[in-house]
Amino acid sequence: MFAYQFMDNAFIAATIVALVSGLVGYFLVMRGQAFAGHALSHVGFTGATGAVLLGLPPLWGLVTMTVAAGVGIGLLGERVTNRDVAIGLVLSLALGLGLLFLHYFTAFATQATALLFGNVLAVDEPTLWSLAGLAAVSLAGLAIIARPLLFASLQPDLAEARGVSLRLVSVAFLAIVALATAECAQIVGVLLVFALMVGPAASAQHLTVRLGYGLLLSALLALFEAWAGIAVAWYTDWPVSFLISALSMTVYLACAGIGRRR
Amino acid sequence: MVVGGRTVLDRIDLDIQAGEFVGVLGPNGAGKTTLMRAVLGLLAPQAGRIEVLGAAVHRGNPAVGYMPQTRSQAPFPLSGRSFVAAALGGQRWGLPWTTATDRQEVERVLELVDAKTLADRPLDRLSGGERQRLLLAQALLGRPRLLLLDEPLISLDPPRADAVVALVRRVQQALGITVLFSAHELNPLLPALDRVLYLGGGGARLGPVDEVITGPVLSALYGAPIEVLHVRGRIFVMSAAHDVERGMHCGPGHVCDHSPAVASA
Repeated sequence: MFAYQFMDNAFIAATIVALVSGLVGYFLVMRGQAFAGHALSHVGFTGATGAVLLGLPPLWGLVTMTVAAGVGIGLLGERVTNRDVAIGLVLSLALGLGLLFLHYFTAFATQATALLFGNVLAVDEPTLWSLAGLAAVSLAGLAIIARPLLFASLQPDLAEARGVSLRLVSVAFLAIVALATAECAQIVGVLLVFALMVGPAASAQHLTVRLGYGLLLSALLALFEAWAGIAVAWYTDWPVSFLISALSMTVYLACAGIGRRR
Repeated sequence: MVVGGRTVLDRIDLDIQAGEFVGVLGPNGAGKTTLMRAVLGLLAPQAGRIEVLGAAVHRGNPAVGYMPQTRSQAPFPLSGRSFVAAALGGQRWGLPWTTATDRQEVERVLELVDAKTLADRPLDRLSGGERQRLLLAQALLGRPRLLLLDEPLISLDPPRADAVVALVRRVQQALGITVLFSAHELNPLLPALDRVLYLGGGGARLGPVDEVITGPVLSALYGAPIEVLHVRGRIFVMSAAHDVERGMHCGPGHVCDHSPAVASA
């Protein structure tokens, strides 16, 4: 299976994306913002299709829109959380707009499916470099804000009193989530980002109560799900994204079961 | 102090001594949280000034420990030890590494509040009272000289509330620090109090319980007739026929136990 360049690329891309998703996703779950990742990926669909329409690489449209939306959500802060109707409508509009852009760009019929459900087997070398660059930026950002982010997530009132700017931390974190989402969408598509970003992190929290182990487990589970998804797809010819989402669910149920018995 | 366009505390002048245990009482909206946020430097008074231990207040003052009101959402299942450690130097940038000195400090505060056995269990499996002990441990990190505790007794049943008050009193005396402890009800605090700070009607009265919790003083504070009843070592503050303190926390989400025998006494 490693005799083919596209399989090598797929495994390298999956490795980069799984590490970022697992680590960022852990904080996302801790903050109770899992749906922010889901929302950002929908908005990213508009960006990606818009970029295709303008003749630009879809990844850059995806990144631009998700980061803009992430910063926007962070700035609006508590005014947008618990507004599920408004968020739902904006998400629908984002997908609808994406469809409109695709409607005007009929050259690639497969483009929509690739964006919505991912196409890791089609990752080329320039895309790999883009993914590596984005991963470096998001992980560096996370390393810088990790300490106040942890404090602000667990004890916001005390963190504020101690001098942490809750808004700055929130905006910076959502920008990092936006980058991670854009990367993740390359592998599993905008509709299934939840599987790789939230699934492993939510599974890890059932297995350990220690922060360091939690982060490590979340990243390892994401790696396992991405690799196993591609490997099984090689032998079964089933879509990679389906396999990753199925593995994500299976691993979550298994971990929740183990966690219950501890 | 003005919050959201409403004057919450108006021209109050207080002098709290070092090493005192002061109970901060008063109805909802009387300014208990506002006072604490002002002492933390999160809210600035429109006029006048606040000093803590001889220096003007500033946000992030390590001499002030703070235990915020607990939030009702289910906590993330980290261990108690990780939870407490997250607050140590949590305002600095970078990765959340802990040094050997940090870990010693975490163990010291866990020991102070008798929470060593809780520290390995996940937060979401602790009771409200057990979680309170971890919050108190967090507030004690960095050896503050003044401790602000915002409504630690909310949603605790009477025996647990008594245990929290006794624990705070023990820690306060062991460390010789000053405590401002806000609460809806006076009675659980009675065994621990040095003085009481009663907020109401935009004003405040500070003094020993016998001098402040009296009909004439509270009537003047509220501008309405208030009666104070002493029943078997417990004190009830009544407005006409209502028990003011009981009525105060009978908001949504609170179980309200109106005992008619007492309310109409």
